This record gives sequence, structure tokens and C-alpha cells, in this order.
Amino acid sequence: MPSDDGASPSRPDQTGRLAENIVHFARALRRAGLPVGPGAVLDAVEALRVAGMSSREDFYWTLHAVLVTRHEHSLVFRQAFEIFFRRRGYLEQFLSLMMPQAPGAPGAQKPASARVHDALFGDLKERLKREAREIEVLAKLTATDAELLQKKDFAQMSADEILAAKAAIRRMVLVLDETKTRRLVPAARGRTIDMRGTLRASLRTGGALIDLKALAPATRTPPLVALLDISGSMGEYTRLFLHFLHAVAATRTRVSSFLFGTRLSNVTRALRTKDPDEALAACSAAVPDFSGGTRIAPSLAAFNKVWARRVLGQGAVVLLITDGLEREADDRLAFEIDRLHRSCRRLVWLNPLLRFSEFQPKAHGIRTMLPHVDEFRPIHDLSSMADLVTALSAPLPAGRTRRPGRAA
Amino acid sequence: MIPLPASIDDTLGLLEKASYLADRSLATVLFLSLRMGRPIFLEGEAGVGKTEIAKVLSATLGRRLIRLQCYEGLDVASAVYEWNYAAQMIAIRLAEAEGGVDRTRLAHDVFSERFLITRPLLQALAPDTAGPPVLLIDELDRADEAFEAFLLEVLADFQVTIPEMGTVKAVAPPVVVITSNRTREIHDALKRRCLYHWVDYPDVAREISIVRTKVPGIAEVLSAEIVRFVQMLRKEDLFKAPGVAETLDWATALTELDAVALDPATVSDTLGVLLKYQDDIARLQGSRAGALIEQVRADLKAAE
Repeated sequence: MPSDDGASPSRPDQTGRLAENIVHFARALRRAGLPVGPGAVLDAVEALRVAGMSSREDFYWTLHAVLVTRHEHSLVFRQAFEIFFRRRGYLEQFLSLMMPQAPGAPGAQKPASARVHDALFGDLKERLKREAREIEVLAKLTATDAELLQKKDFAQMSADEILAAKAAIRRMVLVLDETKTRRLVPAARGRTIDMRGTLRASLRTGGALIDLKALAPATRTPPLVALLDISGSMGEYTRLFLHFLHAVAATRTRVSSFLFGTRLSNVTRALRTKDPDEALAACSAAVPDFSGGTRIAPSLAAFNKVWARRVLGQGAVVLLITDGLEREADDRLAFEIDRLHRSCRRLVWLNPLLRFSEFQPKAHGIRTMLPHVDEFRPIHDLSSMADLVTALSAPLPAGRTRRPGRAA
Repeated sequence: MIPLPASIDDTLGLLEKASYLADRSLATVLFLSLRMGRPIFLEGEAGVGKTEIAKVLSATLGRRLIRLQCYEGLDVASAVYEWNYAAQMIAIRLAEAEGGVDRTRLAHDVFSERFLITRPLLQALAPDTAGPPVLLIDELDRADEAFEAFLLEVLADFQVTIPEMGTVKAVAPPVVVITSNRTREIHDALKRRCLYHWVDYPDVAREISIVRTKVPGIAEVLSAEIVRFVQMLRKEDLFKAPGVAETLDWATALTELDAVALDPATVSDTLGVLLKYQDDIARLQGSRAGALIEQVRADLKAAE
């Protein structure tokens, strides 16, 4: 509840209301998807007390410092802040939103607005009900995206399919290759002497015996980045592959998943939901271009530019799942796939078209991409998934060995 | 001991004294962090002055700067503390030579402060006459995830637990500045303990003042042209946009070359100072740089 009279929230007699406002604001942020816990609310009240607000800008940045922990959230925060702490309260704001032509009504063009509005609407609807107002609320946002927005229902995958796929994944997880890190851990047959362990052990015998303990580099599975093509030509496979990615993400840390058709979407967070059906629903909600066309080069360019430096560290393995049927295969595609290849430890291309035994890489897109991948494998049924397991657990092919953790 | 700033305006003034021109949002975060005793977590593109903030804080507050550069494989032994094994061995041998070794006493003696080698994190907890030091944990994203866990105790309670000895707690909490280039996501548990700030590229006016402060003797026209050119570059579709550090390098380079205004030939020759990827440079070489310069001139003329 913002102060209706628009008074400065820092006045001492208003402290109680200020805290209440912050709590409501935090709830709205949480509903918009920001990880704001009760601890952060206490911090916010404390920060406001310390900073002694004198202007709206200071008030904004103080809350920002405490409540935002990711750069991507800044935009959502700004919009939530502007709507929530408007002078006249957000009831008017809500009503003005209902009338698209009203002056000052923000349109639905900005990517974060929908989330913020949903978060605030939910709260408002309850309040309106409580106040027994007879207002017919039609809080439906119009999608202005010009793209073909086709939502696909994933729910029809049969239980057998899921079980079989999951079983295949489980086998895969057990044998995935491990890379050495630069950290050392105690090991029976290590090559470095563990002085600390040695000393502690020898003190147990009063220093009479010196039994050398050893250290060896710790190993761990490298990060996995999946780039999944969801264009129309991949139609029948996308659902299975999404289940595959969900199962992988559930059993391993450091898995990032991206979907691309005409544009690139990061669905890592959506796939982290425990229940596969919920996760897949979240995915299809987050992706606007299901079963549309393919534009591999721009999607890879977007990945290389925006995400590669953030997710390809620590020697990542990239799974590129696409049929490679690209209409505009040109130098740009060659350039982007080459850059992707050079920034990861291993690039594996999984292509469902390989199910045909007489498959020949004739399509231009495929011929452009082929020289730049470390491995080219079929993935269209469970047996090919099992083959993928073997491929991922095998040592690196000659000429592609890298020191652990070499930055991308 | 230099007192902490009393308000956000004071903080701005303090930074300006060390020729660091910050915007108000950054000053707010710094002020809060100093007053609340919370670590600051700074994220941003390379070369926007994240590390510089810690140096400026240490200089203006007259505190000692303790720097922990993170790298893959960083462990407790090089970040927090290590035992002096050689000295411990000698102590054990001496005790044996004297005879009548009491095991518990020996263990207690050997694992005492005398044999402890302190590393940056532990050093930052030690009391200092000039006030608690500034602890800079630089490029945290380069360390392994496992290392973040060591930091949690230090950041939340400003203490370190050494199993053989007990807990070392700071008398006064140090000023902690953490920076990250975002080559991977830092865990939420760590971010939660900090005040977060995204350090962005400065706007035209502020960047011009930064250039004039840091590169004394630069021609007025040249500095305005350089900054507008760089700001335009950041809007181009480049793999790596130039940061403030690159702007300053370029300004210095052009001053060394006695340039008074931008011209296409000089820009093409010195692009390597601004852009660090071959395909970015290739995109700019030739007519594109000339077109940008024309646009800069037009903008400047319109602004007059």
C-alpha cells in the first residue's frame, strides 16, 4: 500500500506504514520472479533507515541495492517500483491499465511489463474482492508480438516414453567424463604431499611416525550447454529432447539449456522445476517461436555474443541439437559455428536426420556446419541416446585436448 | 582515522577527491555498505572501473588495501591461512629431543598462532590502527564454485574458523568489495549477503569529465569527440564493446600522437587500443569509421 497522500515515506511517524509498504512491494517483486526473501525485506527497512531518504532517486537506489541481486532483474524492479510507488497509489494505475487509450498507460511492449503487471494484478484482484467493489476485471494482456505465437502442449508424452527416456538418461549420467580441476583433495595415490594431513596424522602418534599423506587434483563433470532447435522441421522430436534436457538438468549441476527457432531463449530456469510436466509447460510459456522457422546463424550469433562468455567457462561441453536445415546458409553461419567451436571444450552435434541410413550431408547448412563440430551423431531414438552416452564418456578425440578449466 | 561519509553526497565528494567520478546509484550503494557494514558485490563489463572502486576507497579512507585475486584452483591454503609445516616439524623434533612428549600438549603447541601463516582473508580480520582494511576480492567468477563456500562465513560474520585452533573474529568488520565479470553466475547464497550493484558504462557528460580528469592536457574538442565516438561504438553490433579503461587508453594514445581532432586515418591506425577482437576491428576499418566520425561532428555541432 503506497501512501495515498504522496508524503515522503521517511517521516518518523510513518515508519510503520513504510515497513508495511516495503513488505507489499517485496511480495509483488517475488511474484514477478525476483528472489526476495524476508531477510531482504528486513535489510531494506534497515537500509532506508540508515540512508535517511531525501529524494525519490535515493529511495530507489537504496531499495535497488538490497532487493536486486541480478542485472537482468533491474528492469523488472524499475517497472515495479514505478507502478508501486506512484503518487496516487496503484489503484488508479490499475484502472488506467484497463483502458489502453488512457494517457500515460504503459503499453505491453516492454519484455518485463507482463511479469510486473501480473504480479501486481494478482494482489489487486484480491484487494478489490475484499473491498467488495463490483468491478469487472479483465486483466488480460494483449500479445503484441508479431511473430507466430504457437503454444504447444507437451503433456501428451506417454508414461512409457518418459520412463524409457529417463532410464537412458540415468545411464548417461553415471559415466559422463570428468575433467581435472586445479583444486587439490586428499587422495591415497596422489602425487603432491599433503603437509597438513601428514602433520596431523603424525601428531596422533606423538610425532614419532611420519606417514606421508598425498593430494591429487579434484575431478568434476564439466558444465553442459544444450542448444535445442525447436523449429517446425524438428517438430516431432522437440518434446522428447526437452524431457531429455529436463532429466539431465535434474541430475547434474551446471547445465544450461537454450531453445532456438527464429530467436534464442534461455530456459535453464524453467527446466529446473522438479516436475517434468510443469517444467515443459514453463518452457513453452517462455518460448514464443515454437514450430516456426529456423534461423540458425542469428541464433548462434546471439548465443555467442550474449551467453557464451557466461556459460562456456570451466571447459564446457556443448550439445547442439538441430537438423541443420537452414535456408540462409552463408559465411555468417560458418563464422558463428566456428566461434562456438573455438569457445567450448567439445562441440557435439546431434542430428535426428541421421536416422536414415543413406543420409548424405547435401543440405548447404549441414555442409557448412559439419567441419566445425567435434562429433556428429544421430539422436532419434533411445538406442541413439545410449550411443550418445558412450560418446560423452569417451576421452576427448585427438587434437582437442585442453588443460582443465581453460577459459572460453 | 578518517571518518566514514555521513551522507550519499559526502560519499560522492569522497570519490571525487580521488578523481573517481561515480553516479549517484553507485554512491548510494557504497554509502549503505559502509554504514551497514555489508560487503558490496560489483558486477559489470570488463573495464568499467570495478576494481578501481576498492582502490579509491582504501586511498580516501586511509585504510590498508588487501587484495585477493581469484583464479581457478584457489584454495584455503592460499586465500585464508596455512600452517608453517617446517617450523612445526622442528618444534616436534625439539619436543622429542627433550623427551617426555605429551601428545595433547604437543598438538596444542604446534597448532598455535605462532605457526600460522595468514593469507589475505585472515589478514583482513586483523585489527589495524588506521581502521579496518579494505578487502578486495577480485574477479570472483574465476574461482571454483567450491571456493565461494569458504567466503560465506567471512562475509556474513567476518570470522574464520580454523579447525585446529578455533574461531578468529574481526574486532571491526573490514570494508569488503567483491567484483565479478560474470563469466559464470555467482551463487545466490553469496549474493544474498552482499549489496549488489551493476556498474554500467557512464553517460556522455560523465565520461567526458572522466577523460578530462584522468588524461590532463587533452584538447577539449578531442575529448568530446573521443567520448562520443566510443559511446557510438557501444551501440554498434560488436562482440566486445570498449569500456572506460579503453576510452582512457585511447585518449592517452591520441594525445601522445599530438592529435587535436579525430580523423579516419588516425582512428583506423589506433583501433587496436579500443577493440580487442579482429572481426570487430575489421567491421570498423574503412568507411564505417569515417561515417561514425562524420556523425560525431554533426552531433557536436547540433549540441553547440
